Amino acid sequence: MATEDVYRQEFPVKGGDFAKAGSVACRIKELLKDLGLDAKIIRRAAIAAYEAEMNVIMYAWQGRMDLAVSTQEVRITVDDKGPGIVDIELAMTEGYSTATPEMRELGFGAGMGLPNIKRNSDVFHIDSQTGQGTRLEIIILTNGHKP
Amino acid sequence: MIVLKDVLALLKGELLTPGSPLEVAFPKIFASDLMSDVLTSAEPGSLLLTGLANPHVVCTCSVADLAAVVFVQGKRPGPDVIDQARLKSLPLIATKMPMFEACSLLALFFKDGPHGH
Repeated sequence: MATEDVYRQEFPVKGGDFAKAGSVACRIKELLKDLGLDAKIIRRAAIAAYEAEMNVIMYAWQGRMDLAVSTQEVRITVDDKGPGIVDIELAMTEGYSTATPEMRELGFGAGMGLPNIKRNSDVFHIDSQTGQGTRLEIIILTNGHKP
Repeated sequence: MIVLKDVLALLKGELLTPGSPLEVAFPKIFASDLMSDVLTSAEPGSLLLTGLANPHVVCTCSVADLAAVVFVQGKRPGPDVIDQARLKSLPLIATKMPMFEACSLLALFFKDGPHGH
């Protein structure tokens, strides 16, 4: 059942901008805290957002993250323009990674990003077009906890 | 459970964020250089031991609710990272001890308590 959003904000993410990596996820966390959501819900949303943000920065050319909070759910939609994912099933496998050594030196690219986003979501959709980009929909139910 | 001042004493550590509360307690410890693993497996409130000293460590700890960081093997984060940690009230410690030695001492503390050494 669709519910009316009580909060909505969009954030641009630039591919390759490692210096700002995590800034969107940290902002999302602060906003959810301000809305008074449960700490466990905030943590799951922040982790999923951080992994998604890192994926855009590491693999895409540009992207945007849309945060929408309703009385029932936190929804984060991530759209990027980039090379896309050829084999989504393979990309969802824990440990599978196409990260470069530079990405790994930063502590990322262990092949846990997409599986960890799914683990922290109640509903997770992924759609990708090779050569065009990837879209993620991450939903975390708030169990009626009203923001 | 171990508190910050015990970690400092045990690891002969230097507190990089003066003013951090010395009695903050950690129920668990997580050691990794991979922030992906921290995001996947570390429990909220844990103390992180890592050899990675870039800004992503502070951001990862903030996102995943980790309570403090020990940089092992003489690694020291830059002033920008320390400033970021201060803003997020995240205590940072530097120690010259290698990862294995630091983990071993902390594991003994957890097993035997402060008087087991």
